[in-house]
Amino acid sequence: MTIVNYDPRLVKSKNPYPKGPNDWKRFFSFNTDAKVIGIQYIVTALFFLLIGGLLAMLIRGELITPPSDLFDPTVYNGLYTMHGTIMLFLFLFPILSGLTNLLVPPMIGAPDMAFPKLNALAFWLVPVFSIILLLSFFVPGGPASSGWWSYPPISIQNPLGQIINGEMLWIIAISLSGISSIIGAVNFVTTIIRMRAPGMGFFKMPIFIWTVLAAQLLQLLGLPALTGGAIMLFFDLTFGTSFFRIEGGGDPVLFQHFFWFYSHPAVYVMVLPVFGIFSELFPVYSRKPLFGYKFVAVASFGITILSLVVWVHHMFYTGTPMWMRNLFMFTTMLIAVPTGVKVFAWIATLWGGNIRLTTPMLFCLGGLFNFIFGGITGVMLATVPVDIHVGNTYFVVAHFHYIIFNTIAFGIFAAIYHWFPKFTGKMFYEGLGKVHFALTFIGATLNWLPLHWAGLLGMPRRVASYDPEFAIWNVLASIGAFILGVASIPFILNMVSSWVRGKAAPPNPWKAIGLEWLLPSPPPHENFEEDIPTVLNEPYCYGLDKPFVEDEQFYIEKSLKEH
Amino acid sequence: MNTKIRRIKKSGFSKTFIISIAVILNITFSLLMGYWSYSWLPIQASEAAHYVDNLFAFETTIGTFIFLGCSGTMAWILVFNRAPKYDESNGEPLEGNLKLEIIWTLVPLLLVLGISTYSTSVNYKLENLGSKIKYDYGSEVPFVEEKKVFDYGPIDVISRQWNWEFIYPNGIHSSELHLPVDKKSNFRLITEDVIHSFYVPAFRLKQDIIPGSVITYSLTPTKEGVFRLRDAMFSGAYFSENQTNVIVESEEIFYKWIKETVKKELQNGLNPAGNLYQKRLRNGNRGWATVKPAPDPKVNDAGIESRPHDS
Repeated sequence: MTIVNYDPRLVKSKNPYPKGPNDWKRFFSFNTDAKVIGIQYIVTALFFLLIGGLLAMLIRGELITPPSDLFDPTVYNGLYTMHGTIMLFLFLFPILSGLTNLLVPPMIGAPDMAFPKLNALAFWLVPVFSIILLLSFFVPGGPASSGWWSYPPISIQNPLGQIINGEMLWIIAISLSGISSIIGAVNFVTTIIRMRAPGMGFFKMPIFIWTVLAAQLLQLLGLPALTGGAIMLFFDLTFGTSFFRIEGGGDPVLFQHFFWFYSHPAVYVMVLPVFGIFSELFPVYSRKPLFGYKFVAVASFGITILSLVVWVHHMFYTGTPMWMRNLFMFTTMLIAVPTGVKVFAWIATLWGGNIRLTTPMLFCLGGLFNFIFGGITGVMLATVPVDIHVGNTYFVVAHFHYIIFNTIAFGIFAAIYHWFPKFTGKMFYEGLGKVHFALTFIGATLNWLPLHWAGLLGMPRRVASYDPEFAIWNVLASIGAFILGVASIPFILNMVSSWVRGKAAPPNPWKAIGLEWLLPSPPPHENFEEDIPTVLNEPYCYGLDKPFVEDEQFYIEKSLKEH
Repeated sequence: MNTKIRRIKKSGFSKTFIISIAVILNITFSLLMGYWSYSWLPIQASEAAHYVDNLFAFETTIGTFIFLGCSGTMAWILVFNRAPKYDESNGEPLEGNLKLEIIWTLVPLLLVLGISTYSTSVNYKLENLGSKIKYDYGSEVPFVEEKKVFDYGPIDVISRQWNWEFIYPNGIHSSELHLPVDKKSNFRLITEDVIHSFYVPAFRLKQDIIPGSVITYSLTPTKEGVFRLRDAMFSGAYFSENQTNVIVESEEIFYKWIKETVKKELQNGLNPAGNLYQKRLRNGNRGWATVKPAPDPKVNDAGIESRPHDS
């Protein structure tokens, strides 16, 4: 006689799963459940983190010695272009979409996203454009190799004259990525505006929801500029039009405006949800309310608005007139004000708390520490005379890796650990998590801190070879990069083994306040199903005796029962 | 509420004492960092350099103060606010403090106002950039009259994939850029293909060179020596080889060089990228696609590729 194991929720839920909840095949199907889509995004993105990381180690392998000796310089250029592209469009954007998918519906008490089919479509575009991008390694002439900026005229030189070339596939992949992001943004914004639980006014939303809203509105405002620019670039490359070609009266600098009008805000699209993650996690692990909740919430929109008027700071030395340089220097520096509000609020949240140094907390603290550093070098870069010296050098490379890896990726790791028990129903191994943190922090610091000095001394970015005086900084950086490569081992080991055979997670292992923690782990298909809670107070009322929802005990008991 | 007061209440005096010691230490170290920051930069070899370095030192000082202030507070919290094992109680339930929040909005605002005013004033002092004139592709590069005062020039700076060529007012072609010290030299920056960038770290100056435009640019070297000129805008396969030397000489030696070089025959100038490309062809043309490097420039002074440089 065989015993059939089934989830009791299958019988109880009004909306039973189309297939059993533990059917792994759902992760490979056009599934419309936001939680499945979230995990699809995250796992796909982590796979590309490994590929992007491998390319990074090849780059650091080339740069460990001054001459260009590991690869032909053409190959080096292709590798660094693909490294940047993969990390941004195949790792960071998808993984943040994944976290947003997992977290937004449960956090606001919605059963799913507003447009589940569009949601699945947005995800399934990722493998499509990923494959197109990876195929470009195998076309004659190699992949795109003009940097992730893809500035014309270098990007439209097409040395072999083939119609299908790496650059063309690159533009197609980026445009599809843009379409996927726009679809996602429409979905997230609609869901947040229309599908919140009763009682959850804007000023009772968790900060993560605030930051997602701020970031996704930014996507809707900014992405059309890049997509338009990319289409024009495609026409110039493939059909010989002259939007940016000087031969027909075009202007190559115009592309830079299109590109940065979106691509600078893109950084905020990525960093805002990470600010949200910090704001969620610091209160949990210091057992205190978020300091100045309203200020932190509104500051997100301060960043959104300002980030739309800073793009020219990437073009201080392209012949931009003086008044424009001064203006954009000032707007760029202004971003330090709302970000400062957030940073100080986080530190004040920690102050006098009961700090628990769990793996997610360590990643948050490390991320905040790095972000303060990267923010300060950011203000330096906004300063026109300093930027004219260090712009396009390794100082910039070091600065933006401090933001994009040492802050954003740290926040992402924190989020993965923090919500891992919730969405997999398993606890991770704390010891392995701490090893992962230690290796990541040491590797990242060793990788990018020394490169600031290489840049200050005048080592241009994107070089395959360099003068010997820069060697010492590059040796340190390469060692750091290889440590980061090693850091992925405890992470993968932890994730895979915990998910397969980890201890079952209780509904609220961190004793956190938030709607998602009132659900069983993992939450049922439609989250709260018919019992949607009514929100009473601001989130993060740790130690304040203010219940977050009406009849909290009912949800706690329900989540334990179903557990 | 189950907040436990674990920490011993410090008296007002000892609190003030600890904070003032911390602030004094922070200020001292920040000033030291500002002082050290000059040593992180290359030799100051142009009029612009000390303005840029002073601004950078100023920002390093302020930045260090903020960074240490924040991370020091974090370190303090990590040492003194750690929850003992199995203690899952809450901390002090502070929800905010309006006064504090207004202060930390206004102080950064004033700070960035200050920094941007300071650097705007530096911008007006530097004023290296002249005019940017567009011209039709394929036609002669137009002559642009520089409205600003300069002592020597205009020198045409021709950038290519991947070599540099400098044409002096008397018709000399050179692979290296010779400049008289303490004289304001004027340039017309021209590219024959893609975007390049004229970057001399020792001068702290960088200017992109845009296809279809001629940009006038002036600078005053203040130190004799050999400095690297690096292309700072990615320009394709052999981008990292697109470097040459700037040789700053006394006026006497400079004019002597002009006089002697004008008599020299045209010869092949520096073209490291071209040599590497030939090597690649000899090895079976492996690697990914690239446009062919521009041919060797024909110059009167061919320059020395391995000339030792000061910075």
